[in-house]
Amino acid sequence: MSTSAPPSQSPKPRKVGYFSTPAGRARRLGVAMFAPAILYIVALIGVPFVMAFLYAFGDVRVGSVGYHFVGLENYRHILQSPTFRKALANSFIFTITSQVLVIVGSTILSLVLEKSFRGRSFIRFLVLLPWVAPISLGAIGWKWILDSLYSVINWVLVFVLHLYKPYAAPMWLGEPTLAMASVIVVHTWRLLPFSTVILLAGITAIPKDIPEAAAVDGAGFWRTLFQIRIPMMLPIVNVAVLFGIIFTFTDMTVVYILTAGGPFDSTQVLPSLAFFTGILGGDLAAGAAISLFLVPLLVLVAWGMLRMAHRAEVV
Amino acid sequence: MVRGAARTVFQNIAHWVTVIVFTVLLAFPFYWMLIATFKQSSDLYNITANPFIFNAKPTLENLHLLIYETRFLRWVANTTLVGILVVGITLLLALPAAYALARLTGRWGQRLGIGIFLTYLVPPTLLFIPLSRVVALLGLQDTIWSVVLVYPTFTVPFSIWLLMGFFKSIPKELEDAAMVDGLSRFEAFYKLVIPISLSGILTVVIFTFTLVTQEFVYALTFISPESNQMLGVGVPTFLIRGDVYFWGSLMAACLIASVPIGLLYNTFLDRFIAGFTVGAVK
Repeated sequence: MSTSAPPSQSPKPRKVGYFSTPAGRARRLGVAMFAPAILYIVALIGVPFVMAFLYAFGDVRVGSVGYHFVGLENYRHILQSPTFRKALANSFIFTITSQVLVIVGSTILSLVLEKSFRGRSFIRFLVLLPWVAPISLGAIGWKWILDSLYSVINWVLVFVLHLYKPYAAPMWLGEPTLAMASVIVVHTWRLLPFSTVILLAGITAIPKDIPEAAAVDGAGFWRTLFQIRIPMMLPIVNVAVLFGIIFTFTDMTVVYILTAGGPFDSTQVLPSLAFFTGILGGDLAAGAAISLFLVPLLVLVAWGMLRMAHRAEVV
Repeated sequence: MVRGAARTVFQNIAHWVTVIVFTVLLAFPFYWMLIATFKQSSDLYNITANPFIFNAKPTLENLHLLIYETRFLRWVANTTLVGILVVGITLLLALPAAYALARLTGRWGQRLGIGIFLTYLVPPTLLFIPLSRVVALLGLQDTIWSVVLVYPTFTVPFSIWLLMGFFKSIPKELEDAAMVDGLSRFEAFYKLVIPISLSGILTVVIFTFTLVTQEFVYALTFISPESNQMLGVGVPTFLIRGDVYFWGSLMAACLIASVPIGLLYNTFLDRFIAGFTVGAVK
């Protein structure tokens, strides 16, 4: 355990110019080299993080001067608001549904892409586009696909499948349930490639001989898949899920572009509500209070990451 | 034997069907942008005609409108400039920090490194409200300097993490030998370690640049004038006049901005993923 320096029972010899010993100099240089980055991170992540808490318990508005602590006043207002409750529930529906879809889809896709075949690198490029393209632009593409008049999906429904009459086809972004489903689909579309490449990295690290040995011992395709390959992928699935939760729960871009939270707040989520309240509405305190509801989940995910990093360090 | 062959054929078909279904679902919006880019308005806004094909002659009108009658090129220039500046700041902060954490600070260097990585998880939607005040206080509102200041908050932590892994894979003996030859530790860092780490540095450059082009929330929050806008916000905000969407030009803008970034990112993908897996994959 303690192979490092002996505990400071005799501090005296150390006092003689610790910083001029080679180890001391190295440490001093080390501190000097990472100090700028740490200072930047403290100033622009640490301080704003604390400010968010201060705002949430204060009365700050755009243009207001001074600060008064108001305790839980902001939260009393927020919790009474039906819009907030809707957004809280939506955030969970949005995150859980899209993550389930992402994990199922990316598991299948990564198992398929693992084999080498002709044109794999081109397929990989196409499949990755939703993740690497700027999401605000991808979402605009979807907005055109889901357009109320010119939707290609509706054209197929009306003129190929004859399921609807012209002008009577679904309004994808105009009806509460359909709008929520659309937002979830677009988010799944965006995160599926990311999750897939993470799983691919995990799969290639799994020793090939174990599934092969199982196949030789007579285990069929499905049995090898469900009892050996997928269980061996679990640690890497965890990584994909943790990042996926963060990227979904804290995202407002898809909602902002597709529906702006509407119709009737049916697709409002916590981050978009924080934006509309805090930035557009100018009520910084209420906006900050809403965005703090993201913190518990962030803490949970950070804890999961730490456990994983710890395990990787020990093994 | 025949059963085995039939099974292989079946598995092959299943494999290709899966590949094709996923590829079509994921890539379709980009195909849709491509075809809309070259369609005439009369074709684009025809409800009954088959939208998958050109019903009228392809046209360059949408591209012409985008390039000559909107601020699109200005947004591309803004984004490029911000990208270059943020890459510079990120390298300046992350390179020495990553080296120090990898080499000079022993066991708690690793801990601190994980701590820094965790700050990457703090999302823009939590920080944007206080940061909007910070930006206003510094007088940077509505200028691209606001995002130059703020974007390193998400590029620096991840870059430190990536570079730490990279520096650890360089054998210590190399620097020790150089230091025996009379270089100081810092000289060994910038004369020896940086030149042999060029591929890791390039990874950080590409990663940072793509993150800058993908960002939406901060640019939307801090910048409102049309001419100072970033690409990701300018296209969805200012190519819409009132309720009128210029779909052809919009789709052209989306396509032009997406594909080069996609190509760039794709080349360096495996390295980014090594950063995301937090050591769960060796």
